[in-house]
Amino acid sequence: MKNKRENKFTTSIGRLVISLFVPVVAFVVMWQGFIFLRDSEAPKLLTAIIAILWGVGGVGLLYFLTNWIVDQLPLKWRGGLRPFVFVGPALAILSWYLLIPTLRTLYASFFDAQTDSFVGVTNYIFAFTDPKMLESFRNNLLWLIVGTSLSVIFGLLIAILADRSRFEIVAKSLIFMPMAISFVGAGVIWRFIYFYKPPSFEQIGLLNAFLVSLGGEPQAWLTLRPWNNFFLIAILVWLQTGYAMVLLSAALKGVPQELLEAARIDGASEVQIFFRILIPYIKSTIITVSTTIIILTLKIFDIVFVMTNGNYGTEVMASQQYKQMFKFQHFGRGSAVAILLLIAVIPVMWYNLKSFGKQEAF
Amino acid sequence: MKSVKTKKLISEILVNGILLLLCIIWTLPTLGLLVSSFRPQEAVNSTGWWTAFDLSEETDQPRFTIDNYRQVLMGKDMTYVNADGETVQASGDNLSTAFINSITVTVPATIIPIFIAACAAYAFSWMKFKGRKFFFVLVVALLVVPLQIALIPILRDYTKLNLNGTFLAIWLAHTGFGLPLATYLLYNYISGLPREILESAFLDGASHFTIFLRLILPLSVPALASFAIFQFLWVWNDLLVALVFIGSKPDVAVLTQRLQEMVGSRGQDWHLLTAGAFVTMLLPIIVFFSLQRYFVRGLLAGSVKG
Repeated sequence: MKNKRENKFTTSIGRLVISLFVPVVAFVVMWQGFIFLRDSEAPKLLTAIIAILWGVGGVGLLYFLTNWIVDQLPLKWRGGLRPFVFVGPALAILSWYLLIPTLRTLYASFFDAQTDSFVGVTNYIFAFTDPKMLESFRNNLLWLIVGTSLSVIFGLLIAILADRSRFEIVAKSLIFMPMAISFVGAGVIWRFIYFYKPPSFEQIGLLNAFLVSLGGEPQAWLTLRPWNNFFLIAILVWLQTGYAMVLLSAALKGVPQELLEAARIDGASEVQIFFRILIPYIKSTIITVSTTIIILTLKIFDIVFVMTNGNYGTEVMASQQYKQMFKFQHFGRGSAVAILLLIAVIPVMWYNLKSFGKQEAF
Repeated sequence: MKSVKTKKLISEILVNGILLLLCIIWTLPTLGLLVSSFRPQEAVNSTGWWTAFDLSEETDQPRFTIDNYRQVLMGKDMTYVNADGETVQASGDNLSTAFINSITVTVPATIIPIFIAACAAYAFSWMKFKGRKFFFVLVVALLVVPLQIALIPILRDYTKLNLNGTFLAIWLAHTGFGLPLATYLLYNYISGLPREILESAFLDGASHFTIFLRLILPLSVPALASFAIFQFLWVWNDLLVALVFIGSKPDVAVLTQRLQEMVGSRGQDWHLLTAGAFVTMLLPIIVFFSLQRYFVRGLLAGSVKG
């Protein structure tokens, strides 16, 4: 009897020691890996392979170990702790990277450049009075209205045309392809199209060459206020029309054929069918597509950063925020602009999720 | 009177004609980039790329070359005569290092968030615990937070932890910013799996961990693949997160950063810029065309970052 209890005692001590020892060893190994990766002078490719294995393996190890530790615990604790083996890492990372930063940014937005002294709403007053900021609000509105509506209109037009064409798959792939291209890559592509040389030279930019062949004067498109904003927005339309097209095309294919045929038999014209049947039928998809692109336009950064760096009257909120933070090192103002961005996104996202919730996923 | 047949023919020509025009407009920008990247320096900077196929024009130069790629990829030094007639010695850009860096950043930054999100989605769908509903609402609520909000606080943490410019830092950042959507989408999928399969596995005595690894992950492959393509494209194409958390460390810099630097330093050297841009686009386009089916499925399920 006594022996048995002693046995049980030693095993639980042993368990405790092992469950402390194993994580410590694992941590030391991972830490050494990190130091090696940070400081190593090994060939690039080798470091890359080790880094990938270290990172992916490390996450696997994390789950395996925490699950194993829970297994070592008394039975009554296991049930309560097990779910947090699964959900814990996600909650920890979300708290560190999104939840707490939101609160910290809100806090910092009421402080001065280095978050040393409280300044009240000064940063917000700055945001609503500074000419550069007002310019960026105006431009964001322009992006939102023009960028979103053109993407949706072109997407819908192509979806309808492709639906009636024999070349549907090829056409859709071509329109869709820019979605794989980064904003920076697209920036290079379009800088080349908008490229300007003085009239005495042969134009190598597509747009100016086209203009000259029609007998016009070449223009420096990217510095041409206020129209340069529209030339930047064209890049977004080029990138996002494919997205709108795919969603709208899927929605159009869901419209029952009998409905259309019945309307045609009743003598409805194609235009009537479009506005009275197709549009109402795919309304929820149009809303989803629009809200998604609106959010993208509110947060637009890379295109402006690569094309004009916000000069020549093309500033937007996200580029202003980046400048306030990393160029002027004014964290208070940068934070205030970030909070304004959040406030602008919230209602749109809420609407987006609400309308999306009604649809079937996958 | 027009017959039905001619009417149909006219509408068919009209439909295909407009479609063709739109397809040409959408394809020309990329085509121009591709053609220019293979043209010699003098040609790119003096004549439009569309003249490359104009065989009536006589040149003693080769029409196409791979020198631009040699220079941007291997960092081979080049000398050429620029527009003002001066001989320029240009050092190469060595995008191949940046290419490897991009892969080192992208692969874990795709796998890690998907794995973590799948685990969380499993717990939210099939495990009972205190605060389940609250935590799930929290995850969905975080969908609205633009990543700009997190830049300064996280940068401060990284500076304190001496993590700036490491791969770990940028993996974790991409994981954090991708997690809400990944968890939400995978929850939609995993919670819809048939209950009977899980119940019979439980009756056979399988643990949650085993069920997750052996049953849930294989069954969720379509959803995982769809989201993986999206996360891959975001991370590969991302500039902002890389700018902030990698900064100007040249040995860790990724492709988008290097290309953006090239735009600044070689804004007129179109033979190099076009080749560089094409290098950054190559992998995403291959992934895109080979996995288009999953990509479309993911889009329809709502894989668009908020």
